[in-house]
Amino acid sequence: MAKQIELEQYPTGPHIASRLLYTAENSFGDVTDKVVADFGCGCGTLGLAAALLGAEHVIGFDIDAESIEIAYSNADELELDMDFVQCDIRNLGLSDRNIDTVVMNPPFGTRKKGADMEFLSVALKVASQAVYSLHKTTTRDHIKRTALRDYNARSAEVVCELRFDVPQLYKFHKKKEVDVAVDLWRFVPKTDRSKDS
Amino acid sequence: MRLLTHNMLSSNIKGVTNGFPLLIEAVKVVEKEVDFNEDFLKNMFVKVEWKALVEASRTLGYTELPESAEASMLDSDEFLRKFHHALLELHLEDGALVCPETGRKFPVSKGIPNMLLHEDEV
Repeated sequence: MAKQIELEQYPTGPHIASRLLYTAENSFGDVTDKVVADFGCGCGTLGLAAALLGAEHVIGFDIDAESIEIAYSNADELELDMDFVQCDIRNLGLSDRNIDTVVMNPPFGTRKKGADMEFLSVALKVASQAVYSLHKTTTRDHIKRTALRDYNARSAEVVCELRFDVPQLYKFHKKKEVDVAVDLWRFVPKTDRSKDS
Repeated sequence: MRLLTHNMLSSNIKGVTNGFPLLIEAVKVVEKEVDFNEDFLKNMFVKVEWKALVEASRTLGYTELPESAEASMLDSDEFLRKFHHALLELHLEDGALVCPETGRKFPVSKGIPNMLLHEDEV
């Protein structure tokens, strides 16, 4: 699969995916029976894990057709229902009424500066209940400050710290493997936008 | 693509004032049964744009949803089943989503809409 370097496509390992989704459901009840969106879904790992945990409706969003192809066939193989939308999440017309939880492993912003923040900004606009996201531990203070001050987050907590193994995927990767300290965040958006409350 | 997803999407083309709901061109529609979840439906009812759902389901060939609906109808199992079917069991496989203002088509293939905007639409 030809990877597009600028998109920073790194697969979410199964251990990280299960950690993220199990925490979201077992500690916070944010997955089962909910509408879950997977931003930058790639091969669909997080969204499919959500479906396995009983999310009622899951939608994966990604800009890359090839990734969506793979995610689609993964869903098919696992016999899981998941919708996919090919789009640029930053300019997609997406309502804030129906999505309960956003899960994502966004680009870290090493190629295109600020990519991770753009994803977080959109996520906090559309999620009603919670946003789960992975960001480099080195950006922790910046993320917390920005989420609370600029992105409408009522709370921004690091749920746990994980190590993300980045294999030597690209020519510009000098080392065989590097492991990156990554925070699993849980953000709660400020306003309750559901019509009936 | 389920109609629940369609209910969330709008055209964000530059200059468009109201890009919701997207019109549907249905070339291939598929029905896939899924478990009935009453609590989920009751929850979703207040969040869904009803008119858009009715229109969309009719375009996909399902005419059972009432033109307008109110919360009291959630007591009816028959109504809930129709709502369930329209929202979660009808899939647009092939066709297009169409911007209501510009007529621009966003193709849908294998149930996946391509909502990428061209450079001059951003």
